[in-house]
Amino acid sequence: MSGPSAGEGGLTLAVPRGALFAATLDLLDALGIDTRAVRDNPRRLLFEGPGLGAGVDRIVTVRPSDVPTYVEHGAADLGVTGKDVLLEAPDREVYELLDLRYGGCRMVVAARAGDDALDESLRRLGAARVATKYPRVAARHFAATGRQAEIIEVKGSVELAPLTGLVDAIVDLTATGTTLAENGLEVREEIAASTARLVANPVAHKLKAAAVDALVERVREVVG
Amino acid sequence: MIHPLPPGTRDVLPDEMRELRALSERLRASFEAAGYGEVWTPTVEYEETLRHGDERAGRAGVYRLFDERGRVLVLRTDMTLSIARLVATRYGGVRPPVRLCYFAHAYRAIERGRGHAREFLQGGIELIGPPAPEGEAEVVALVLEALSAAGLRRHRIGLGDGSLVRELLAELEVPPERRGALLEHLSRRDLVALETEARELGLSEAACELLVTLPSLRGGPEVLEGVDGPVGRAVEGLRALHELLAERGAAERVILDLGLVRELGYYTGAVFEVYDPAVGYAIGGGGRYDELLGRFGTPLPACGIALDIGRVHAAQAAEERLG
Repeated sequence: MSGPSAGEGGLTLAVPRGALFAATLDLLDALGIDTRAVRDNPRRLLFEGPGLGAGVDRIVTVRPSDVPTYVEHGAADLGVTGKDVLLEAPDREVYELLDLRYGGCRMVVAARAGDDALDESLRRLGAARVATKYPRVAARHFAATGRQAEIIEVKGSVELAPLTGLVDAIVDLTATGTTLAENGLEVREEIAASTARLVANPVAHKLKAAAVDALVERVREVVG
Repeated sequence: MIHPLPPGTRDVLPDEMRELRALSERLRASFEAAGYGEVWTPTVEYEETLRHGDERAGRAGVYRLFDERGRVLVLRTDMTLSIARLVATRYGGVRPPVRLCYFAHAYRAIERGRGHAREFLQGGIELIGPPAPEGEAEVVALVLEALSAAGLRRHRIGLGDGSLVRELLAELEVPPERRGALLEHLSRRDLVALETEARELGLSEAACELLVTLPSLRGGPEVLEGVDGPVGRAVEGLRALHELLAERGAAERVILDLGLVRELGYYTGAVFEVYDPAVGYAIGGGGRYDELLGRFGTPLPACGIALDIGRVHAAQAAEERLG
């Protein structure tokens, strides 16, 4: 594999594995991009071939939260990731070109149903303890609403944290609220709505302008 | 033993040092041959002096220290402010144009883990005197030529106008208090937020469309077709500049970019960004700053471009590797 190639040849596209994976591949199919190899080889990460379609000749599959990193450094010209990821990485230098409308979910503050630990901590201890995979979003939200919070970063199963008394509340992403409900948690505040976004490397956006614009135009037609 | 270095700083060993020296030498030779004499200014200056040029010389991201008398010193964040100060104080009686070049380190606070440099070597030129578009054409053509002489083959320069977007917002009668948010979205190129915000302003469909599409226009001179109306002055300036660059044989290396915004506060007209397809980030930038020297007491038009030598070196290495 060669290095970043902003400006020459076809486009390199970063596709997020995980929750947005299936819908993203469906979108690529609708654009006329050949996704068979990606679908057939769940362990492979790099798919090359001149003329995968729609000006794309390389696809890389990465974690959604790594998409802005690959795109910022030009290892991919374009990428798909969730707005939640972009909110957590606000100073990544990527251009946010389009709202792809799928992968809808909400960034929320949730706490144990019927429990006022959050308010009580704020009132008596001066600060709330909040667990999250999105420390920057959480810190910004509590600061913006004038409350002090001690943010505790966890890597998985955030729902467990308030149940064990580790924290008073969590900041997390929810689509249907099912996981929250199953763990006896309820949404207390909504921070932001999130959907999948198309992002671009700033240099590729200029040096591959024609190819990028053509693809964006096609995506606009497909997502409406 | 591990003896840590501050993030964003590093040691340079002989192989790299030789290449950096050779690269700087080639660029310097091109600049000198074009009449740009090299200058050096102090790495530290008084904060209040540099603030004459840019209020944000005291902004976040600047390293400040105190001298033995308690006066506030800043490490330079670029050379342009210092050169404006130098020209105003040392070239008071000299008839312009003044052509200067520099190779010096600058310092900026950084975010950890982003691969950004806290100390970086800049090489650049400043042309004081010639107004737009002649000044721009000279510095853009010279930087393109110097990079070719240094061994790059696929570099390009993006040309925009720092006042175009402001002009557009004024023309569309966007209320002044709403302009900040729109400019913020534009400079970050968050086109989704821009479109949402534009719709909330209750602008006409056509105005909304213009606000979103105009800053996305980039490419050859064809992007200037039919956009004269609301941003006529900026478009006229870019067209004139493009024609001059075409005369110098540099037109195919420039990209007109109506959405190009540079962060520094002192740009008054054209803005530039230097790219190479081998790396995913800009390797240099600059623009026209006609008011800066006046703030130091010597009103003269000026423009310039600074290259990040480390990034140019990375582009050079990547171009060689890609063949």
